[in-house]
Amino acid sequence: MAGPSRGPDTPASLADELARLEEIVRRLEAEDLDLDGALALFEQGVACLRSARERLAAAEVRVRTVLEEANGALRLGERDA
Amino acid sequence: MTLPLPLSSALATDEVFSVQDLTATVKRIVEGSLGPIWVRGEVLQCKAAASGHWYFVLRDAAAQVRCSMWRTYAQRAGRPPADGTEVFALGRATMYEAKGEFQFSVTRMLPTAGVGQQQRALEQVKAALERDGLFATARKRALPRYPSRVAVVTSTDGAALHDIATVARSRWPGAELLVVASRVQGDGAVADLVAALRRVNRLDVQLCIVGRGGGGREDLAAFNDEAVCRALAAVRVPTVSAVGHETDVTLADLVADVRAPTPSAAAELAFPDVRAVRRLVGDLGARLAGGLSRRTRLAVERLEHTGDRLEAAIGAMVSRDRELADRLAAQLDALSPLRVLERGYAVPRDAAGRVLRRRADFPSGRPFTLRVTDGDVAARAE
Repeated sequence: MAGPSRGPDTPASLADELARLEEIVRRLEAEDLDLDGALALFEQGVACLRSARERLAAAEVRVRTVLEEANGALRLGERDA
Repeated sequence: MTLPLPLSSALATDEVFSVQDLTATVKRIVEGSLGPIWVRGEVLQCKAAASGHWYFVLRDAAAQVRCSMWRTYAQRAGRPPADGTEVFALGRATMYEAKGEFQFSVTRMLPTAGVGQQQRALEQVKAALERDGLFATARKRALPRYPSRVAVVTSTDGAALHDIATVARSRWPGAELLVVASRVQGDGAVADLVAALRRVNRLDVQLCIVGRGGGGREDLAAFNDEAVCRALAAVRVPTVSAVGHETDVTLADLVADVRAPTPSAAAELAFPDVRAVRRLVGDLGARLAGGLSRRTRLAVERLEHTGDRLEAAIGAMVSRDRELADRLAAQLDALSPLRVLERGYAVPRDAAGRVLRRRADFPSGRPFTLRVTDGDVAARAE
């Protein structure tokens, strides 16, 4: 299962982040939280929001070719497509 | 329509068709009412013109029709079939107006003999895959909503990769496409595809698109191969197939989690539209702010309410304490030695200021001081 290293921008985390954000908003809207709790949630929400926005600002589609080395290891090469 | 039109109607000019009107009308009727159809017949006089187009006749026992096959399609069909070959031809009925000729314009042609054989083999593979549950709806996986890394199994010389990358750029910039090259038709395609699909399982991706390269002959055989289908079913991440044809669904299409008619359509299914996701994030941001301001408004109201109560409580406490202080002050006052002196008592002290309490403290002739209510008095013991 040893594959090429995980990129810093994993898609699962955007999905997770948006799911977390939805959950925070839902709680903030629905639950009778005390002010401290609400502020803490809000801060977490802002962090999710900022990171989601950063991810969505990504500029370029990257196309790479998967190459197999003689020893069977996989390597990623850059490619223009 | 049984009565002939009177000749007089021909004299009214607007009732007379030109030849062009006639052919155009027939063209509209013929081409407008028949979609692509399969026709079974025998090929005769198939000629490949210098332009690359093929011209031939398709006939059966009762009728015949002139056919054309344009170069793009003829190239994919391989060699012109020999006279008498029975084929299935896919095409559209067309009207060639310049010659007033009705033609059948063919895009695909398959010998019926080969088709029969292929069909039987295909049915066997299909039955085996079906028995193993590879087509079951229950095993279809949902595609990830926001894939960032996607494997694309396709030939590198075809249009599929370009089409997928183009759609990804417009919909989901930031995506990373990992191209796993494979022949998709002809010799070696099956082995390549199986190896490529296995390689996908060693990549850190969330989705796999299998696309046919386009170009060349329309040979989908590799995507009906049992080993390819099983390798596709074994891919750990959800799969989208873009290998079929508008009229042919391959077994790989049935095994894939989602089937797309073209590589571009596959990419549209695979990648969310970043504009819609940005809108979603914007809405969530607005709701987040709204949720907090509602929460703080409540808190402020609660605080104001609390403040009022606090003030009242402190007020009550203060007035209560004032009474207490007065009372305590009165008690303290009563205990003050000055008040005792006021009542006529006096305190004797020696020169050092020590209070003299006992007889022994007053030897005869000793001077001392008496503290009375308004001051000191010098005295001496007798």
